[in-house]
Amino acid sequence: MQDRIKYWKGIEELDNTPEFAKHAHNEFPEFLPINEAKGESASTGMTAPRRDFLKLLGFGLAAATLASCEAPVRKAIPYLNKPVDVEPGVANWYASTYFNNGDFNSILVKTREGRPIKVEPNPSSTLTPMGTSPKAQASVLSLYDNNRLRTPLIKGKEAKWEQVDSEIRSALAKVNGKVAFVSSTVISPSTKQLINEFGAGQASFEHVTYDPNSASALVGANGGVVPGYDFSKANIIVSISADFLGTWVAPIPFAKQYIQNRKITADNANMSRHYQFETIMSLTGANADVRVPIKPSEELAIVTAIHNGLTGQGVNAPANVDKKALENAIRDLRANNGRALVVSGSNDAAVQTLVTAINKSIGAEGTTIDTASPYLVKQGNDASMLRLIEEMNNGSVGAVFFYNANPVYDHPLAERVKTGLAKVALKVSFADRVEETAALVDYVAPDSHYLESWNDYEPKRGFLSLAQPVISPIFMTRQAQDSLLAWSGNKTTFYDYIRNNWRKGAAGTDAQWEKVVHDGVLENGTSMLALSPASASTSATDGLGRAPRAVAAGSIEAVIYEKVGIGTGSESNNPWLQEMADPITKATWDNYITMPRKMAEEMGVSQGNVLKVTYANGKTLELPALIQPGQAQGTVGIAMGYGRELESMPTAKGRGANAFPIATVADNGILFTGAVQLEKTGSTVEIAQTQTHHTIMDRIVVQENTLANYKANPKEVTTYVRIPTHEGPAKPAAISLWDDYEYKNHHWGMVVDLNSCIGCGACTVSCQAENNIPVVGKEEVLMRREMHWMRIDRYYSAVEHEAKDYKTMEDPAENPSVIFQPMMCQHCNHAPCETVCPVAATMHSSEGLNQMAYNRCVGTRYCANNCPYKVRRFNWFAYSNNDKFDFNMNNDLGKMVLNPDVTVRSRGVMEKCSFCVQRIQLGKLEAKRESRRPVDGEIVTACAQSCPTNAIIFGDMLDPESRISKTLAREKGERAFHVLEELNVQPNVTYLTKIRNLA
Amino acid sequence: MQHVSPIREPLVTGGKTYHDITEDVCRQVEAKPNIRWAAALAVALVGLAIFIYSTYRTLWYGIGEWGLNKTVGWAWDITNFVWWVGIGHAGTLISAILLLFRQKWRTSINRAAEAMTIFAVICAAMFPVLHMGRPWLAYWVLPLPNTFGSLWVNFNSPLLWDVFAISTYFSVSLVFWYIGLIPDFATIRDRATGPIARRAYAFLSFGWTGSAKAWSRYETVSLILAGLATPLVLSVHTIVSMDFATSVIPGWHTTIFPPYFVAGAIFSGFAMVLTLMIITRKVFKLEDYITLEHVESMNKVIILTGSIVGVAYITEFFIAWYSGVEYEQYAFINRATGPYWWAYWAMMTCNVITPQLFWFRTIRRSLTATFIITIFVNIGMWFERFVIIVTSLHRDFLPSSWAMFSPTIIDIGIYVGTIGLFFTLFLLFAKFFPVINMAEVKAILKSSSEVKHHPHGTMHGTDKDSHTNTHP
Repeated sequence: MQDRIKYWKGIEELDNTPEFAKHAHNEFPEFLPINEAKGESASTGMTAPRRDFLKLLGFGLAAATLASCEAPVRKAIPYLNKPVDVEPGVANWYASTYFNNGDFNSILVKTREGRPIKVEPNPSSTLTPMGTSPKAQASVLSLYDNNRLRTPLIKGKEAKWEQVDSEIRSALAKVNGKVAFVSSTVISPSTKQLINEFGAGQASFEHVTYDPNSASALVGANGGVVPGYDFSKANIIVSISADFLGTWVAPIPFAKQYIQNRKITADNANMSRHYQFETIMSLTGANADVRVPIKPSEELAIVTAIHNGLTGQGVNAPANVDKKALENAIRDLRANNGRALVVSGSNDAAVQTLVTAINKSIGAEGTTIDTASPYLVKQGNDASMLRLIEEMNNGSVGAVFFYNANPVYDHPLAERVKTGLAKVALKVSFADRVEETAALVDYVAPDSHYLESWNDYEPKRGFLSLAQPVISPIFMTRQAQDSLLAWSGNKTTFYDYIRNNWRKGAAGTDAQWEKVVHDGVLENGTSMLALSPASASTSATDGLGRAPRAVAAGSIEAVIYEKVGIGTGSESNNPWLQEMADPITKATWDNYITMPRKMAEEMGVSQGNVLKVTYANGKTLELPALIQPGQAQGTVGIAMGYGRELESMPTAKGRGANAFPIATVADNGILFTGAVQLEKTGSTVEIAQTQTHHTIMDRIVVQENTLANYKANPKEVTTYVRIPTHEGPAKPAAISLWDDYEYKNHHWGMVVDLNSCIGCGACTVSCQAENNIPVVGKEEVLMRREMHWMRIDRYYSAVEHEAKDYKTMEDPAENPSVIFQPMMCQHCNHAPCETVCPVAATMHSSEGLNQMAYNRCVGTRYCANNCPYKVRRFNWFAYSNNDKFDFNMNNDLGKMVLNPDVTVRSRGVMEKCSFCVQRIQLGKLEAKRESRRPVDGEIVTACAQSCPTNAIIFGDMLDPESRISKTLAREKGERAFHVLEELNVQPNVTYLTKIRNLA
Repeated sequence: MQHVSPIREPLVTGGKTYHDITEDVCRQVEAKPNIRWAAALAVALVGLAIFIYSTYRTLWYGIGEWGLNKTVGWAWDITNFVWWVGIGHAGTLISAILLLFRQKWRTSINRAAEAMTIFAVICAAMFPVLHMGRPWLAYWVLPLPNTFGSLWVNFNSPLLWDVFAISTYFSVSLVFWYIGLIPDFATIRDRATGPIARRAYAFLSFGWTGSAKAWSRYETVSLILAGLATPLVLSVHTIVSMDFATSVIPGWHTTIFPPYFVAGAIFSGFAMVLTLMIITRKVFKLEDYITLEHVESMNKVIILTGSIVGVAYITEFFIAWYSGVEYEQYAFINRATGPYWWAYWAMMTCNVITPQLFWFRTIRRSLTATFIITIFVNIGMWFERFVIIVTSLHRDFLPSSWAMFSPTIIDIGIYVGTIGLFFTLFLLFAKFFPVINMAEVKAILKSSSEVKHHPHGTMHGTDKDSHTNTHP
């Protein structure tokens, strides 16, 4: 049956025309022109082969061209054997520790696919549970610094470790003279023990510790340690030039303590009162309730006056100093015996011994000073370093090792260090790059980055913290401790060394050890760090009656200070830190000479004019002037950590001038103050500030009030704008033209407590790290094009003025009060940006977020113009893969720090704060996977997470039990306000009024 | 029929005949380029080259080549845009509204004014595209069906309204202008001697026959297009003003903007028409067609619109004070006394004070004075837009974000470059297209021409009239 069915290929076969029959035997019955091109045309009688040849040639050419135009293939190689714990797309956190020149942070390191990408605080730590310093945030980028050494160096030439080891061992064997080991403060118990063991193997050995920003006098006056200050227990804090929130000793633990006593509610309206006597406007001074500008030469007189005032000998304040404030401070100190604390940042032994005496007399010991548990983060001894420099110069040093020390750059006697180095036979540096000292040594044995190393730390007696590697060394570097082990002939690794060390007490069993590695901290009181014999402490009354350091009347006094971002300069090649706006001056990329306006006017100097500073020791430097309100009259301030000139630090190269050489060496110590002469040079350098306008122009954008008013009536401290209507004043939201969004699931919001914010800027760096925010460089910051999604607005109070006198309103007062206001996208519910985008690239989410769809954005910038808060940032150029912006996003190594969860934006699109939407999504997914709702506190933005004072609360405003809902409910009508409420844009960010405890 | 008063001054002087008109206008098209024209074109081409270079820099490297910053997101780009759109208003106003009002004096200037409109709108349209961060995606602002998912434009955005307003205005103006050109192209076609010219003008004249039916349709279409274009004169700048008026920025958020912008647009448009016409009549010897009477009429419009603009400036200040809104008050005080005070006072001087000189008849009828004042008005109107855009943005709500704007060489290059583009187009137009609407001037010749005995005929002469013949 089936055989009969016939299927035709086409109608031609059915018809069976002669034409069809002729070609039926061919496989392809139709004529194919390809045959022609093959030259068969002659036989088949076809013409025009040339044209078809050209056609095919053309096609072939076009096809080949198109094929070669294809984008380069990027190979993604899967794991052959997947490492345990590495899940693509899933982050891991490892506990570790960041420590750099006193700045201590217990941290968690977030890694993705084996790359560390973010530093987060370690909540298990009691010292730094809440946030981190800006430097700690930025440190992850230093790991991916392209300029780190890739191999060890022997006399500047790349070498193998084996060769370095054998040469150093043999050199050590025949060393003639003392072996000196120079380091900044070492708080690692195991490292310290190792150094001592290494020294024990040498005939003559000394471990010399010095800190670039020395606290030698403080340590000297307190038995070799920094007293265990506890600001949280102090009702009265008097600080004389100590920037304890920014740079002094251990700022992050101090900030946490400080703010504990300053978070207030209507039910508990008590807060500490903070007096600050200082020369420069420091971050701490900006937060003080009472701030008194003093000259550095007056520090001793102030401390003496306080001491005398407390002992009832009458207050004898220096002539120019606000005597009333000083008397109030003494009155408060006396009234708060056992609940007060006095600190000083001076490196003058006389001042520090007096401060110690004062703290004794106000009952601070055992109360606001934990005598059992001092801080160990500053151990430097100026005198021993000065002595070593002399010994090097007189040839009695046979070998010198530099570990975390760069005296050719950061010691005032750098020239003497250089001449001394020339006389030392064996010079070894552990520097991670060829910095100033490493350029002059024989061997550079590059230390691994701290994220590639094992280490242990004891910042405070009884508080241990561990560091573990989170990535294999990227280069052929070796941890300094492993080098020391190798050179001592010890075969163990440093990991085993630490493990053995901890086995002796802190973590005897493997289970205990693993718990410490997991937690990162051990705070059960075990102490492991053995201090060198304490330098002889001077007697408490040394300072009394001593004449203040002679400063010629009328001469200008200078203070060399440390900046919150750049610090002492050890991480000055970090572009995030260079571009971080200084909390006070809002300047980036450079240092400068801060001077009070009055003095600048008298000298005829305006901002940016380059001045030549001549120091008492004859050294000079040239820097532009920056008008700084609050700076004491007759003084200038210069930041340390700048003026790098070597190729190993291209980011820092040519930025500012090095202030270390002009520090004064006196009385076996280093003073960061002294008399200077200023001269105008006639040239001008622009200073790249992210904020150039400094007063609030009497606007209600940031609100503050006094504690007295708050106690009297908490409902009166905040001004709420009301719109006049025919029915009387109305809340702006009550007369809205707009329909409100309905939020069914979540409504994300943020509360910023202006009373808690100290303005340190850690959040801005954290935001930059989390959200792949590009660095744009000084020229672009000068153009006002910095890309930071989050900024901290800093306002000074204005001079006395009449209403509407706009010119005068713009002038900051001579000694202004300062207020900080973190400013990021307010995620308005009636967002002005959303309505104006022609392509709907920015829109509202169902959870209250104002979202940006980067790949929809065509870049009209209308949204940025229409944003009343000016928080939107535009990609003026391509910032990645662009040689004009040669920062971390322009090289493969630097790109490793990028967060894979966040798009790198292309040129021409708008971007802004997203409330870390990637974290919100992750949190929701985690919760969904476990069939539950997200728990409050589980989802937290990068800024809130890294705030050392918990000033930022993020959460779901629909969850009545969340911290944010409770805070808003509590503060409604009291301190809670929206910035520019009258615009009725209805932000999802709420601020809490700052309260000052004025004397 | 209209009544024409015998005491009115003639609109065409020199006792021209129909043939004279044809000769005078076609002479420019048919003759060899004169040296002054060539020199002017060379200068304009330099400007065009600057435009091309600056545009290349902007497109290749990004908007960062301009002086904009995080606070001032628009400056010269949108200033230039609004300025050019404003200039582009006069042509349509003259052609459409004056046609509806039967103003005969428009006939000799409407052609050039419309051409100017088209070219000004072309220059203006450069900016909304160039100012985008990603101009290659500019078509996303059009509501096109697409395969990107359910992506659609945002009809709430004034920028989208701009897209519609400008594109409608441009297309209507272009069609209106072109329809008017058709009979004149036919005249040139009929006179053309060279094969290229004949073919080109034959193509351009769309086979115009000059039949009564054609003339009737021509008149009807002109009237319909005039009717269509009239609301556009008002709507385009109203919508452009809404870019600012619907925002929240103090100094932008102002209900007075629509009428104030329209008046300003007519003001600047007339000034630009005058600037160009004074040059054109001189270069092409068209003094008999573009007379002092025309100049004076236009100067009167300039006084009127200049005064409206002046009142608007003062009203803004009053409202800022009356509103009691602090930000608004500061924005205006800052305009007049802040760091950009010079821009504000340049605007006030050029736009409010100088046009008032036209109250004097001698100044109104002085070509030199008119030329200088129109240049002032053009400068003043550029500053008006700069003042509105930059001084409002640079100090808005939060003092922490206050910033200054300064232009880069590329900003300046693009602006100067669009002037080059404009003059390149205008000069090409003046050479190859009839700059005066012959057909319409002829239509008023009988009623409004100066009587003068001509050696070879009278004003009624028809013997040499080359008035568009039909094809056999």
